[in-house]
Amino acid sequence: METPHLLVHDKKDSVGVVVVEDLKAGTDMLCVVTADNSSFRLKSLMDVPIGHKIALADIKEGDTMWKYGHDIGKAVANIRKGEHVHVHNLKTKRW
Amino acid sequence: MAEKAKNGVSKGSPPPVTGWRRENGRVGVRNHVIVLPLDDLSNAAAEAVANNIKGVMAIPHAYGRLQFGEDLKLFFRTLIGTGANPNVAAVVVIGIEDGWTKRVVDGIKATGKPAIGFGIEGTGDIMTIAKASRAAKDYLQWASELQREECDLSELWISAKCGESDTTTGLASCPTVGNMYDKLIPKGVYGVFGETSEITGAEQLAKARAVSPEIGEKWYKTWQAYQNDVIEAHKTDDLSESQPTKGNIAGGLTTIEEKALGNLEKIGRECRYIDVLEPAEAPARGPGLYFMDTSSAAAECVTLMGAAGYVVHCFPTGQGNVIGNPILPVIKLTGNPKTVRTMSEHIDLDISGIIRREITIPQAGDMLIDIIARTANGRLTAAEALGHREFVLTKLYRSA
Repeated sequence: METPHLLVHDKKDSVGVVVVEDLKAGTDMLCVVTADNSSFRLKSLMDVPIGHKIALADIKEGDTMWKYGHDIGKAVANIRKGEHVHVHNLKTKRW
Repeated sequence: MAEKAKNGVSKGSPPPVTGWRRENGRVGVRNHVIVLPLDDLSNAAAEAVANNIKGVMAIPHAYGRLQFGEDLKLFFRTLIGTGANPNVAAVVVIGIEDGWTKRVVDGIKATGKPAIGFGIEGTGDIMTIAKASRAAKDYLQWASELQREECDLSELWISAKCGESDTTTGLASCPTVGNMYDKLIPKGVYGVFGETSEITGAEQLAKARAVSPEIGEKWYKTWQAYQNDVIEAHKTDDLSESQPTKGNIAGGLTTIEEKALGNLEKIGRECRYIDVLEPAEAPARGPGLYFMDTSSAAAECVTLMGAAGYVVHCFPTGQGNVIGNPILPVIKLTGNPKTVRTMSEHIDLDISGIIRREITIPQAGDMLIDIIARTANGRLTAAEALGHREFVLTKLYRSA
């Protein structure tokens, strides 16, 4: 069985987590949704460290971001599908 | 060598465990004789006793002078609870003065356990150390003949708190602990989770996991009080410099909501917490899962859980926390293959097979139960072997 590059908690999520070390830009990633074991493929747009997140679709600034099927904050920049998502483009709505 | 994912998957009924049944009926999995200083001033004498008598352990700490009110109550609860923990066979207490020393000794003796106190004032360090060393030697030799007996895994009190979390914590190590609780709590285990600040972002979910609306409301009040009395009272801007931590951010966690959702995976899918405990408060509503109002700092939290009577701790980590505790074996598990590779000496259970989809979370839960049993039976944890004995008292406000 092929080892996944990206794990997604829930179908509703806007991001997945890189679970391999040294992921390079341009990788044709195997993505698995842990809730139902479904899978899809997605191309990474940049090198992303293990444990960091990648956008599963194009996201507009201000959009709510979802993980575990729950609201984890909002995009503070436009984010392209396959791009690294972290503190530079995602913030809590709390403060 | 860390436990490899492919090995050690237990099947069927939980493995047998042995432990020391204490005077009050509780089961301990270690047989420590400790020298407990009442206060910071008595650390030197306590450490001298532990140096004289090989095999007893001093537990130095920073406080115990001029505390008052709720802070003093918490201090006594923590010291007495630590001495009373079933992992401890007997206790020598040393304090600068007799009054508070006696209070700690009497609190520990209420469990039926041998405990004796020595005051330094009017005697001096050297004579106190001599007298306390004789007592420690007698206790140690007495404790060395106490035998382990067969117990049921369900008699263990198992605590959980995660640290140096990253996104693999929510994918692998916290759900593994949750799966263990889902399997063992129905068998009669006492569980506990805490970290009031780190549930911020998932507070509605946490409230909904209470056994009843009343307990959920009690939980929410505890969380709200923390927001008002601690965060609002002391913050200089917001929590973004502390929550998530720099280590969390390096590991890929971005927002406090994301961190909280991962953290809450520790309580599984089925468990409902049955009460909300004050810091270091012993659970009193029978077997089940409890929430304890604690800091999210690892050593403070584990110290409070030990003081409440828990005997084995499960510590999910992502980026690699190194914590231990003087009296509780702290079992560290990680789902991050990089941490397994770079910090293997700190990891008791490697469950990185979860993110490679080689093992399932229920299989990892069985592996955790297996290593809990082996740890109870005497296997030293990585933290024990490396000498990690972090004992940190929670201080509510400054002393008088």
